[in-house]
Amino acid sequence: MQPAPNQSNAPHGWLGIHRGHKARPLEWFAEKFIFAVALSTIAVVLLIFVFVAREAFPVVLGKSNTALIQPVIPPADLDKLSPAKIQEYLALTPKQFAGMDRETLRTLMDVKVEAANEVPVQFRDDPDAKRNTIEWNLMVKPHQWRGYDKPEYIWQPVGEIKKFNLIPLVIGTLKVTLIGLFFAVPLAVGAAIYVSQLARPRVREIVKPTIEMLSGIPSVVVGFFALLVMATFLQNLCGYQTRLNAFVAGIALGFAVIPVVFSIAEDALTSVPQAYTQAALALGSSRWQTAWQIVLPAALPGVFAATVLGFGRAIGETMIVLMVCSASVVSWNVFDSARSITTTIAAEMAEAVSGGPHYRILFLLGALLFAATFISNMIGDFVIHRFKTKMEGKR
Amino acid sequence: MNTVTPSQYLPENPREFRNFRAARFDFWSFFFGGLTGLATLLILAILAVILVNITLNGWSAISWHFVSTIPKKDFFNPDTTGILPMIIGTTIRVFVMTLFVIPVGVITAIYLTEYASNTSLVTRIIRAAINNLAGVPSIVFGLFGLGFFINFVGKNLDALLHNPGPVWGQPALIWASLTLAVMTLPVVIVATEESLKAIPPGLREASLALGATKLETIWKIVLPQALPGIMTGGILAVSRAAGEVAPILFTGVAYYMASLPHKVTDQFMDLGYHVFVLSTQSPNIEQTRSILYATVLVLLALTFALNFVAVLIRARVRKQLRSGH
Repeated sequence: MQPAPNQSNAPHGWLGIHRGHKARPLEWFAEKFIFAVALSTIAVVLLIFVFVAREAFPVVLGKSNTALIQPVIPPADLDKLSPAKIQEYLALTPKQFAGMDRETLRTLMDVKVEAANEVPVQFRDDPDAKRNTIEWNLMVKPHQWRGYDKPEYIWQPVGEIKKFNLIPLVIGTLKVTLIGLFFAVPLAVGAAIYVSQLARPRVREIVKPTIEMLSGIPSVVVGFFALLVMATFLQNLCGYQTRLNAFVAGIALGFAVIPVVFSIAEDALTSVPQAYTQAALALGSSRWQTAWQIVLPAALPGVFAATVLGFGRAIGETMIVLMVCSASVVSWNVFDSARSITTTIAAEMAEAVSGGPHYRILFLLGALLFAATFISNMIGDFVIHRFKTKMEGKR
Repeated sequence: MNTVTPSQYLPENPREFRNFRAARFDFWSFFFGGLTGLATLLILAILAVILVNITLNGWSAISWHFVSTIPKKDFFNPDTTGILPMIIGTTIRVFVMTLFVIPVGVITAIYLTEYASNTSLVTRIIRAAINNLAGVPSIVFGLFGLGFFINFVGKNLDALLHNPGPVWGQPALIWASLTLAVMTLPVVIVATEESLKAIPPGLREASLALGATKLETIWKIVLPQALPGIMTGGILAVSRAAGEVAPILFTGVAYYMASLPHKVTDQFMDLGYHVFVLSTQSPNIEQTRSILYATVLVLLALTFALNFVAVLIRARVRKQLRSGH
């Protein structure tokens, strides 16, 4: 970037804010205000971090208990226990606890006993009913629930015994994302090579904005198209059993990823210095040889970054996957259904009790998603930045 | 490599050098060149099929009655339903969003181009933050809106104002708009920055040389010149936000509302969400197919037309940028 004029020989104020030689308090305030507003982007990223993590925190620390059968203290023991213990048992905040008299506490304890008596008979002797289902052990490892023949990964947040295993969702997300990338990356990179290296300038000027326009189609419209038109078309083409599956979702996801990968890869290919191309052509290689053996290897970091950023876009896409497939199955089969993390959050947040364990786990999933995209964006931006400086240095 | 004499591959007329291609026919070049060309064509075909399919099916189903009717509870009935509240809801939420995002985005862009030194740590952190913000999944913005705006700001506001029930601490138009504003902030910043960079430095220097202060130069010289770019940013943000559903799922959208929203704390109906509802919750998909197509066409026209305009303006700004340096 070109340095702003009048900056080189002027005195610098605090943190790079320029101040004229004559004191103008109003301007000084205006410039400080501009700086403060510019900091808001940092504040927003921090706020997203803090507030998504804040809602998920009790789960990470293992503070909530989802066991169907909770330990019961008989109300007669009210006087024997310390206030702190009763407050913890009744899950009250210190403020709520302070505002209650003995009678209220006793009633609350009676309610607990009644709730324990209402547990359906078939669960009374079930060891699973006594377990807190949001232990990390149960969330990432397979467990043999009663009634199942072998240990399994199960996500089943509704029902008497709530099962919160995250593995099916992670597998579902990766499956759909990878299908999308396998479809989108070759197409987008091929198109980027064609548009940047082989096409005539006039073709290029039309084709490039047109492909980028694909990103202007809302994802809910892509999801609708996949659901109504593409699912049937692909089923006739490939002849698989279930109409809506991870394959359809992945291809539709590819539509959303193509413009991202294309535009970054095309940028990278274009920023390879002209001298490379001209030298290769002058030595007698054809356009294709130049593109494949000279330009593409030089721009490879850029293409890699495009793929990584495309991954970040795909893993966070919600509406397409939500509309096309949502059954959670643990299987790597392309033609089975899959339930992605984003789908789970979008579909279940409305039913989850605010502040309850299910709600917190959905926020935990959101935090995982945020971390995944954050890392992939960081890698992508870092690679592109290094690539650009390298290319500009050699020009 | 075989030796070739210049007469074999050099064009006789020097003017043809511009469209120079290797004279010898090389099968693999042709094959792979064709393959990449096919990839390009396939992408264009996908775009064309989506647009044509929706336009044709939607056009035959759309009518003035459909666009201008407020539906009763049963909006799956193709004869009586309409989408007026959804159009209004989407328009209002996007409009309120621009009130927040454009000032903040433009001021940030001004700081980055006019004041910040590129090497300072603060600037680098701001740029990293913008890049990251652009990549955060839209559903995470929804969670953020729920966790921050509704559960933190809204609930505390209610406690502060001693409201008997939740007024601010529940999904509302204002929270949905603010969530979208946070989401589209990078779009506005990047577009504005691009147009600010396209302004020739000579203009600024002339203004400063005539005795104007830096702020006066920005206000009277730079900003008027950058207006097309700022508009592009605004339009792109609007078109992006109008089609997004995931961020508003938990922050303000309603499945059905009998009346139009008239306060910022009301919930609203939304076009994109309505497309989702019609295509996944319909009792009879064949019966609702026509109204579904019509709704999608309206949504697409809204977002796509805006996007198209923005791309046109942006192409002009980019041309100006190239000639300016």
